[in-house]
Amino acid sequence: MSATAKPIANTRSVTGIPTARLITWWVIASEIVIFGGLLAAYLMHRLGHPEWAASASHTNTWAGAFNTFVLLTSSLCAVLAHKAADALDGPRAARLLRLTALGGVIFLTVKGFEWTTDIREGFVISSGGFWSYYYTLAGLHGLHVLAGAVIMLIVASDAAKNRELQRVECIGLYWHFVDIVWIFLFPLLYIAR
Amino acid sequence: MSEQVQHAGHDHPEPGFFLKYCWSTDHKMIAMQYLFTGMAMAMIGGFLAYVFRMQQGFPNHYVPGFGLVTPGRYNEVVTMHGTIMIFWVAMPVLIAAFGNYLIPLMIGCDDMAFPRINRLSYQIFLLSAIVLLGSFLVKGGAFGGAWTAYPPLSASGAYNLTPIGATLWLLAVALEFVAFLLGGINFTVTVMNSRAPGMKMFDIPILIWMIVLATVIFMASAGPLIAGAVMLLFDQTMATGFYDPVRGGDPLLWQHLFWFFGHPEVYVVLLPAMGIVAEIIAVFARKKLFGYKSMLYSTWGVGILSFVVWAHHQFVAGIDPRMANVFTVTTLLISIPVAELVFLYIATLYGGSIRLDTPMLWALGFLAEFLIGGVTGIFLGSSGTDIYLHDTYFLIAHFHYTFVPIAIISVFAGITFWYPKMFGRMMNETLGKIHFWGTVIPFNVIFIPLFMTGMAGDQRRIYSYAQFAEQSRPALQHLRTTSTIGLLVMLSFQLIFIFNFFWSMRNGKRAEANPWRSTTLEWTVPSPPPHGNFAELPTVYRGPYEYGLPGRADDYWPQNAPN
Ligand SMILES: [Cu+2]
Repeated sequence: MSATAKPIANTRSVTGIPTARLITWWVIASEIVIFGGLLAAYLMHRLGHPEWAASASHTNTWAGAFNTFVLLTSSLCAVLAHKAADALDGPRAARLLRLTALGGVIFLTVKGFEWTTDIREGFVISSGGFWSYYYTLAGLHGLHVLAGAVIMLIVASDAAKNRELQRVECIGLYWHFVDIVWIFLFPLLYIAR
Repeated sequence: MSEQVQHAGHDHPEPGFFLKYCWSTDHKMIAMQYLFTGMAMAMIGGFLAYVFRMQQGFPNHYVPGFGLVTPGRYNEVVTMHGTIMIFWVAMPVLIAAFGNYLIPLMIGCDDMAFPRINRLSYQIFLLSAIVLLGSFLVKGGAFGGAWTAYPPLSASGAYNLTPIGATLWLLAVALEFVAFLLGGINFTVTVMNSRAPGMKMFDIPILIWMIVLATVIFMASAGPLIAGAVMLLFDQTMATGFYDPVRGGDPLLWQHLFWFFGHPEVYVVLLPAMGIVAEIIAVFARKKLFGYKSMLYSTWGVGILSFVVWAHHQFVAGIDPRMANVFTVTTLLISIPVAELVFLYIATLYGGSIRLDTPMLWALGFLAEFLIGGVTGIFLGSSGTDIYLHDTYFLIAHFHYTFVPIAIISVFAGITFWYPKMFGRMMNETLGKIHFWGTVIPFNVIFIPLFMTGMAGDQRRIYSYAQFAEQSRPALQHLRTTSTIGLLVMLSFQLIFIFNFFWSMRNGKRAEANPWRSTTLEWTVPSPPPHGNFAELPTVYRGPYEYGLPGRADDYWPQNAPN
């Protein structure tokens, strides 16, 4: 089979849900349990270690809050991109997706500054229980932001040529998921005392 | 109609060797890749079993083909045997190979919904196998901290003495999980969305249901362990403090994450095995599967309950005794739907006109042996008796009475049943029956003695009992040796299977499209099926188990026959 030919299996939709959207939901479901496991482990430990609050007070809440704002704004762009794709306006969807990806880049840049400061102050991943979770949770989330942004740019380059517009919605769904994970991480890592 | 038109566009010239065998997106080829990789890994896993059983049967003698089994090498060999057999044999063969081969054929479509994701899944799986086998060659050798990888032993190279091996082990398991997540998501989406017109929810063959439920259970349980594996990796390489109490961590956390996956994993591999057996029993008893819907509901019950039993692995790990009570009850509860499944199979057999061809022998062998596994599990699932039996050879024997039927017996059932479809030839029946008895009888010879040594107190993971005064029970040595001899006999009979498998590919009787006179869709296409599977994509008119019908010329009614 040539790389582009789609099998009939791909074009059927017995459930009525388009196959691309269905697989996106399954990907998100399998990711939820990954983050869920990590977050549950963190919560159990956090409750058992009240002294972690002292470590948590060193995190930069303002940077975290700014990043929350950035991600939420980028999610809005993803929604608008989906609307544009529904209206079959590929170039507009592509522009909005690139804007969304830009949000991801800003997020990661802020994160980079934050971590540099943390490390300069001597808080590294092996500095204790809280920091182990802090870097692991935020790092895993950061990887998802990075991967999402890269895929977003690929989808955008197709969408600009009005190709594979159904993918605009899928990458948007994924981006919302990454966003929601952050909504959990931000209070649990930065605010909770 | 448009489907057929599109389909005609699929014709293309024969691709070259690399494209055909290594870069194919055809689900049948990917199934073969998984099957042959899994069989190769099974041989390695079998060889490892040979090494440590020789050490137990004839302690501290030179093992032919391996050498002297030192304590460190013993740990490596048992760890890798468990790891390989579960993650690189049972999973790829039962789910990936049979799933890939049969899902599109049995639900009546031309391929998986996402063929390139499917190909990627196998490639990542292959990489994981290479990483795992490569770990034998690194300094310190392969991981020796047991397949369950409990920290602190697994968290620090200073404890397990296989620092590089431990990290490679984790990496390989993580890659393998990614491969099966990709594959599993593809399976689920394909079965949900790509079924033939007319195939309603309860017209799906049980095997396909079982594979999909297994992948859903896998997806829901593997996530926390993937997270846990990342944490363990950081503990090993970056001195984080997740699990090691010295660094403020909690070793029990790993046990929870591991068994939250590990127990559902039992059902991840059990369900496809039960599915294979169900298909075969219906065909060879010429009877409608008894209680199709009850079977499904029981399976859902098993799936849900499997998420609330995990701590029965931790009764002696220092968990709260009240929690042990809860998990004892849930564990005993889960045996109800599993027993229900077995009863439904027996009810299907009752009054059937049974033909004892090789696949049917394997299917019946599965039921008999798995029954022993299930019954002995009750003693381990009850916290009171488990305190005594925990980590003894009783557990080993129980586990193998569940896993050998699953990963070996049902796989042989499936291979002998679908071999004509896969390779277009029949396997030799006489050799098949010799292989069956030569596998099943020695299997019992291996593990019945181990029940006894376990009850007498033999602990697992001891490289030589003679070295430990409180473990040395010379009176049990004849049982340990008997078990080893059973294994040698069982392994040598596998040569007959390997010969039959490859010899029949060229010399077997040519298989017609439907040699077993079965109703499901994979038997309506030529053996082996062409690229794209169906010349004309089928429509489904009825359920998959219409056998033994009095009013009809044939005693079976294919799913795609209009009348
Ligand atoms: Cu269990």
